[in-house]
Amino acid sequence: MGILDKFKDLRSAYDDVKSAGSDPFSVRFDKILSPTEGIVAGKKTILLGTNNYLGLTFDKQSVETAVTALRENGTGTTGSRIANGSYGWHARLERDLAAFFGRKHAMMFTTGYQANLGIIATLAGRDDHLVIDADSHACIYDACKLTPAPVTRFKHNDPDDLRTRLRRLKNKGGNVIVVTEGIFSMLGDKAPLKEIVEVTKEFGAYLIVDEAHSMGVLGKHGRGLAEECGVEDDVDFIVGTFSKSLGAIGGFCVSNIDDFDLLKVACRPYMFTASLPSSVVASVVTSLEKVKNGELLREKLMGNARRLYDGMAAAGFSVGPDASPVVAVQLPSPEMAIAFWNALLNEGLYVNLALPPATPANMCLLRSSVSAAHSHEQIDQAIALFTKIGLAFGVIEPERIASFG
Amino acid sequence: MDNAEIETVIVTELTTITNGAAGITAETNIVRDLSLDSLAVMDLVMALEDHFDISIPLDRIAETETVTQLAGVVQSLQTEVEA
Ligand SMILES: Cc1ncc(COP(=O)(O)O)c(C=O)c1O
Repeated sequence: MGILDKFKDLRSAYDDVKSAGSDPFSVRFDKILSPTEGIVAGKKTILLGTNNYLGLTFDKQSVETAVTALRENGTGTTGSRIANGSYGWHARLERDLAAFFGRKHAMMFTTGYQANLGIIATLAGRDDHLVIDADSHACIYDACKLTPAPVTRFKHNDPDDLRTRLRRLKNKGGNVIVVTEGIFSMLGDKAPLKEIVEVTKEFGAYLIVDEAHSMGVLGKHGRGLAEECGVEDDVDFIVGTFSKSLGAIGGFCVSNIDDFDLLKVACRPYMFTASLPSSVVASVVTSLEKVKNGELLREKLMGNARRLYDGMAAAGFSVGPDASPVVAVQLPSPEMAIAFWNALLNEGLYVNLALPPATPANMCLLRSSVSAAHSHEQIDQAIALFTKIGLAFGVIEPERIASFG
Repeated sequence: MDNAEIETVIVTELTTITNGAAGITAETNIVRDLSLDSLAVMDLVMALEDHFDISIPLDRIAETETVTQLAGVVQSLQTEVEA
């Protein structure tokens, strides 16, 4: 038996996807022209699936700071911070992150995936209990495999269900840690954070919120859903990433908890991997400034998000419950989703194809993520292309299209 | 509640989840025979938690394959609650 034979179901699913046209899991961009445009197979393509919410990937100042840091500090750190030490930029960004969130402590990770893996798995010890939203991101699920703590799930975005599950853990001893997200990555819906905070407090549990898709996006100052809901004081740990609104790569956690520094010598996904190169960190320091003063960018982003969400809904597509920068169109089958995705790409529009088991409730989704850098014309073109292909495929009906624009 | 009663509940839940698959018994291997993916198994666990009003940690499920074994886990968790 071959070592990879256990993946034979995945093999056939993957082959099916590939046989329908381009391989959605290895699209190659010949050139990235801007935060919203690239060249795919020689064709100019609108990028509508990049999580580049504020369009900062080509920010002049961020690029310049990164280049300077690259020249001054070299291409990599060649080791972890506990073994090889920290650079000035690491310390600077941790200071800036703590200040940005108004918290005492911050630590950063090499990716957001590792931040969730590390923080969740380290906080939840053998005698504790981890309670996660059922639609949590893969990295939260993977943290559940790393932690010795027993794990239970609560129904997605359902504070009453969370209450029931916390009640069952009441006399079991240990600390209880609840995990949810700001904006959920697949459907773009937000957690009912105020209610979740109430339930969490009622049971004296700790709360971790992954603001991967909401930092820089929600809240007047861009501090995410906790800011928008006015519950920052009641969120014990905020985890996030530099790979979305901040336009780079990396992850972080901020908190006011005492003894936070212990995490830097206890958290294995922090300790046993190389730290980020100065160039990346320097670009994040600069982009964080833009996020902090990014009210106009956020207004533009939300305007674009609304435009796309309303446009898709008016065309008759089934979209998520909240208008947010993540707009996911639900399609009836994987085959349809794959064909639709290919047709969009051939027409010069790149979105994300999301299929079960990576999606909630086994949905087949074409996931768009809007940027403040998109023009109205680009958004309208995306809606027009979706509509054209949706009509051709019989996903939407001509007479049901509401007039919009 | 004895093991047989718990098994009956599990078989009922499984029949719902699989849209009425026939021939589910105590010996049925939940993952292999019913081709349930990990998400479906976790959703089954959630349903059982609500039915029996207990907490079933996900790692306890990793050890189980058949309906009988899962019923055994539920029963031991029930005893913990009562203890
Ligand atoms: C909710 C959520 N958390 C964490 C991550 C991981 O972030 P990163 O890409 O920095 O590893 C992602 C993105 O993939 C995400 O969607």
